[in-house]
Amino acid sequence: MSDKKTVRFIITRQDNPDSAPYQQEFELDYRPNMNVISALMEIRRNPVDVKGNQTAPVSWDMNCLEEVCGACSMVINGKPRQSCTALVDQLEQPIRLEPMRTFPVVRDLQVDRSRMFDSLKKVKAWIPIDGTYDLGPGPRMPEPKRQWAYELSKCMTCGVCLEACPNVNSKTNFMGPAVFNQVRLFNAHPTGAMNKAERLNAFMDDGGMQGCGNSQNCVQSCPKGIPITTSIAAVNRDATLQSFKNFFGSDQV
Amino acid sequence: MAGNREFFYRRLHSLLGVIPIGLFVIQHLVVNHFATGGEESFNKAAGFMEHLPFRIILETFIIFLPILFHAIYGLYIAFTAKNNASKFGFFRNWMFLLQRVTGVITLIFIVWHVWQTRVQAAFGAEVNFQMMENILSNPFMLWFYIICVVSAIFHFANGLWSFCVSWGITISPRSQLISTYVTMGIFVALSIVGIRAIFAFV
Repeated sequence: MSDKKTVRFIITRQDNPDSAPYQQEFELDYRPNMNVISALMEIRRNPVDVKGNQTAPVSWDMNCLEEVCGACSMVINGKPRQSCTALVDQLEQPIRLEPMRTFPVVRDLQVDRSRMFDSLKKVKAWIPIDGTYDLGPGPRMPEPKRQWAYELSKCMTCGVCLEACPNVNSKTNFMGPAVFNQVRLFNAHPTGAMNKAERLNAFMDDGGMQGCGNSQNCVQSCPKGIPITTSIAAVNRDATLQSFKNFFGSDQV
Repeated sequence: MAGNREFFYRRLHSLLGVIPIGLFVIQHLVVNHFATGGEESFNKAAGFMEHLPFRIILETFIIFLPILFHAIYGLYIAFTAKNNASKFGFFRNWMFLLQRVTGVITLIFIVWHVWQTRVQAAFGAEVNFQMMENILSNPFMLWFYIICVVSAIFHFANGLWSFCVSWGITISPRSQLISTYVTMGIFVALSIVGIRAIFAFV
């Protein structure tokens, strides 16, 4: 046993949304190319902690396993990130896994990110094309702009930027950095731009853009490298103009 | 805009920090700097400010009310943040924390400073070179003034940076980087002005 390489995990667990969290330590046999998810699967196969106690398998969310869905985000060694791309070989041991506490914990490492989706609904982060008749083709988007917008569209609503943001917490209702990027993305779309004012006004409302304090943790933490702070400043500029229009402008929409 | 005024208050807070409070800070530091030219030169400059016509109105609308709003709303902003610079030690996150810490220090300082000078003046004391000389002859007060004046200047300079972001003036990362250099340059320059003035009274 002693010459066998092992991997140690310290996992913060919580049995239900209201119960107190506690830590549990696990030791697994090392396999080459392990990631955090494969280790969690190993624990699920044999849920016995380091002291030999039989325990319930650790609960976590996952879906795509290739860092495009955002579901498997958790705090790994103090950093919020996706567990699918967290390679065991690159992590310091013992590997500490915690849930992203900015969100309500469902169980163990599983959190409820509904607030992000509610925010997207609030700011109308979509392009309305549904109707009772065919609206025909919309205006074309120039190719360079499409390529630029593609970078913004990489957001997978994973919640890492909200976890890193000092202004997203229980004392405020700030919707979080990700929303700026979505507002900018849909306002930039030629068809989406038709509802630009509506989106901006919604985002100037309760929990809106004013909650940003420019700590810029979001852009540093984003796993997809989205220029979130550029989006923040750009949306701020649009909101400046929109608020002047709202106050001084005409009644024209 | 109906219903939720938070956006308006937050933008007003940002604007007031620069106009008029920021301009007032610069003006105040420049007038103080006359102290480096000796007692007479400072008393003349301070006397000029003191004898401006409509002083109470100017003070109320350019100084008292804007600072009051900025301070109270600023405290609310500072205490709704959950600082995490130890976990996310990025440069801007430290500046975010410093902005809040220096803001609170500045508020404490302003309360004390207004009590010690403006309120005393209302009670009949004369605000002049001698008054500041007396205050700063105490080594504790000297250090208190130095730390607080530098804090206030940092809060103003770094606040200019976030003003530019919050109003959408600097959008690109490059413009935000350059404005970091510019605002920190303003911080250093004004700190020299402020500290030179303090030591002119010692």
